[in-house]
This record gives sequence, structure tokens and C-alpha cells, in this order.
Amino acid sequence: MKLTLKIWRQKNGNDAGGFVTYQANDVNKDMSFLEMLDVVNEGLIAEGKDPVAFDSDCREGICGTCSLVINGVPHGGQKATTACQLHMRHFQDGQTITIEPWRARPFPVVRDLVVDRDAFDKIIQSGGFVSASTGGTPDANAIPISKDASDAAMDAAQCIGCGACVAACKNASAMLFVSAKVSHLGLLPQGKVEKDRRVLAMVKTMDEAGFGNCTVTGACEAVCPKEISLDFISRLNRDYATAVFKSAWGAK
Amino acid sequence: MNIFKAIFCSSLGKKYIMGLTGLALFGFVIGHMVGNLQIFMGQEKINAYAAMLKSVPKLLWVARIGLLFCVGLHIWAASQLVRENRAARPSRYEVNDPTVTTFASRTMIWSGLIVFAFIVYHLFDFTIAPDYLGHDAKDRHDVFKMVILGFSNPFSSLFYIIANGLLCIHLSHGVKSLFQSLGFSTGQFRGWFDRFAVVIAWVIFIGNTSIPAAVLLGFGKEVL
Ligand code: HEM
Ligand code: FES
Repeated sequence: MKLTLKIWRQKNGNDAGGFVTYQANDVNKDMSFLEMLDVVNEGLIAEGKDPVAFDSDCREGICGTCSLVINGVPHGGQKATTACQLHMRHFQDGQTITIEPWRARPFPVVRDLVVDRDAFDKIIQSGGFVSASTGGTPDANAIPISKDASDAAMDAAQCIGCGACVAACKNASAMLFVSAKVSHLGLLPQGKVEKDRRVLAMVKTMDEAGFGNCTVTGACEAVCPKEISLDFISRLNRDYATAVFKSAWGAK
Repeated sequence: MNIFKAIFCSSLGKKYIMGLTGLALFGFVIGHMVGNLQIFMGQEKINAYAAMLKSVPKLLWVARIGLLFCVGLHIWAASQLVRENRAARPSRYEVNDPTVTTFASRTMIWSGLIVFAFIVYHLFDFTIAPDYLGHDAKDRHDVFKMVILGFSNPFSSLFYIIANGLLCIHLSHGVKSLFQSLGFSTGQFRGWFDRFAVVIAWVIFIGNTSIPAAVLLGFGKEVL
């Protein structure tokens, strides 16, 4: 396949950046999107030019590192697929593909297509954990958990923290991410104990980081490679309200 | 913990304010429509209804101040949220693909602002400074004739119909969104709220615009 690539190039955070067009002339349709970029980079290096910087790690859709907006859609718009798992057979020969970084104030561009997602780590640090020591591995079924709760917790735990939700949202809201983290811990017995403190702290950190607010457009859910449901945001709203009222009246 | 700070200064809290005031305004819109549709039951019925509303001035003022308060809070929260949203996404994408998002969800602030402008105009037109203030045979304010006169002006009717279209676009997204913001949209409820929002928006649009449409088609001509 032959492709025209319009790629965002930016030297560092202070550089204004801009698009540069490249021709990729021997793209194999079985390559993943990142492999295609690797080939483009090999060409650039051979010509003595700077390769395009982009993030990746596992390349099997589980780490959440890859972060490309492809033709206006984070991860390229294949259902439940990360950019690293997206294959070139979904594109047409001769197509022009525009590649941009995640765009959100809390995710500053480090270089080219690489953004700094520290803001997510700060949110996790403020409450996305269970601080009780859980001891050794308990016997199976020692702690009864309803099937509904465990299913919902597992669905939420799918979140790989890639930030596509923020990138897709017209308001750069991180609520899908935060809601997934709050639910996956809060629904299970070990995490329930700190449920209120967790949701208050994580929402506060999220707001301080400068993410926008949910307008329920559904863009986040549509692009999420792990299909995290909008339901979790509703659950987050409910959990936060309960926590605010409980702590305001000192209820246990 | 300070409950006011947790609600008025947090993202989620401001969405509760949006949702609660939106719910109150939505309730008013429904009541307003049902009340007004009595115009089709004739001059006697609608004038009696208007007189009844004004018969307990204290209650009327409580309702008016409550609504004004809701509109004020709704606009305040909207302006805060929109400002934060724009600050969070300073640079645009080169290619914009709206994926699954609806037109209504992307334009809430515009539909809202135009509806607000309409509300101000509408209040002047029919409540604060109506052109016509005549009385009927039983010496009640002749609301029937006022409405027929007002909507006989095609421009006035057209503005009314357009504004209602925008209100219903606002509500087709707003009503489902408020249940989400208030934490009720989980599991099978989401689908029900989504469908309810679209259906009720159409019901309000047809209900409200049926009045100017009927007047333009000749309804109530006899009183002019
Ligand atoms: C009859 C008048 C109105 C009704 C019934 C109404 C109703 C609603 C409802 C139910 C919502 C959803 C709340 C939520 O997301 O939880 C909403 C959202 C919104 N309204 Fe209104 N509204 C009205 C007037 C206005 C006005 C005058 C403005 C002008 C500024 C406005 C701006 C907005 C905005 C920007 C949102 C979206 C907020 C967000 O999603 O972040 N609305 N409205
Ligand atoms: S590189 Fe790990 S998810 Fe794409």
C-alpha cells in the first residue's frame, strides 16, 4: 500500500509544532499501525532525519501507552482496539492519514506524538489504591462477592489508563477514567472501606489537574479500547454525592 | 468537609446543580405546556385557568422567584462548566470526527443561550408588557384574545416555533444527561432515559407549537 501521512511534529513543549507530510510507499496491510510508523522512522533515520517520536510499550493492547489520534479519532476508530492493535488493512491504498497527539491541557506534548500523562498518575496517587494490608492469598470464596458486583468491578478494571477518553472528549474530561478506577475498587469488599475518601480525593485531584467536565456526549465510551461504559460515570456521580453528604454530616 | 465547597466548587457538584435546576425547569416546561393547551378547550376555560393561577399571589410569586433562581443557577453553572471545558482543550484537532456524539450534545450552550433570549422576549410579550390587556365578559384578563392576537403576527409565531425547536433540542440531550449527572443512569435505566428524553422533547415541541400553528391556520379568528 501507498499512504500519505500528515504527522504532527513538535520538538518540545515550548515549540509551536506543525504538520509535516510524509509518503509511505511500501506499507504491508498486515502491519500494525505502530509497525507502519517504525518503517517510516527507519526511512527517516536512513535519510539522517529525526524519527517521529511516539509512545508504545506492550504492543498487545494491554499497557495503555500508545496514544495516537488517527484521522480525528483516538486509537483510530476500530471498535475496542488500541493503536498498537490496529492493522493497516483497515485503511485504503492511497489514503491520507492525519496523526496527532492527545490534545488536552493536562496532557502537555513532550515531543511529536508523545504526551505527558502524569496527571493520571497523580489522580491514582490521591486515592486509586487499597491501603489495607490484605495479607496472604485468601481461600477461594472466603469473601463472598455477588456476581453482579464482581462483573461490574472487572468491567471497570479493564481500564488501561491510556487517556483516549480525555483525547476524544470535546471538554477533555477525565471522568470515564476516574469513574472506572473508583468503581473497580469501590465495588469490591477490600476497596469498599475507603470508598468515600477515595472518590472525594480522586475527584479533587482530577479537578485540580484542569480536566474538563462531562457533558454526556458519549465520545469517550465510543473510543475506549476497553469499552468502559458511560454507566461508570453515573456511578461516580452517585458515589461522590453520597460521600459528600456522609462526610458533611459526619455519618459513618 | 464543607458541603457548599464540595458542590459549588467541584466539577461533579456543578453538574448536580445543572441537573437539578434543569429538572426543575423541565418540570415547569411540562406544566406550562399542559396548562396552555387548555386554550383548545375555548376562551372560557383558558381565562378561568389564568385567573386561577393569579388567585393566590403569594404562591405565584414563590413559583416565579423559584424559577428565576433556577434559571440563574443553571446559567451560572453552565458558564463555569463551559469556561473550564474550553480551558481544558486549548488546541483543536486538525481532523475532527464527532464519532457518536449528537448535534444536541455539542451545542448545549448555544441552544441554551437562544432559549434564554426567547424566555426574556416571551415574558415581555405575554407577562410583563403585553400589547393587549383587555377583559372578557366576566371581567377576567382575556388571555385567549391576547394569545390569538400575539400569534396572528407571523414573525412572533415563527420566533416562538424556532425557539421551541431549540428548547426541544436542548431537552433531547438535557433530560437524559440530567439523570446521568444525578447518578441514575446505570444498567437498563440508561436506555430508558435516552428514549424518554427524545420522546418527551418531541411531545413538548408538538404540544407548544400546536398553538401558534393553529392560530396561523385560523383558530380563534372570531375574537379578533
Ligand atoms: C427552559 C429552559 C431550560 C431548560 C428546561 C434546561 C434544561 C437543561 C437540562 C435538563 C440540562 C441537563 C443537565 C445535566 O447535564 O445534568 C441542561 C444542560 C445545559 N443547559 Fe439548560 N435548560 C434551560 C435553559 C438553559 C439556558 C438559558 C442556558 C444558557 C446558558 C442553558 C445552558 C445549558 C448548558 C450549557 C447545559 C450543558 C451543561 C453540561 O452538560 O455541562 N440552559 N439544561
Ligand atoms: S502499546 Fe501497550 S496498549 Fe498499545
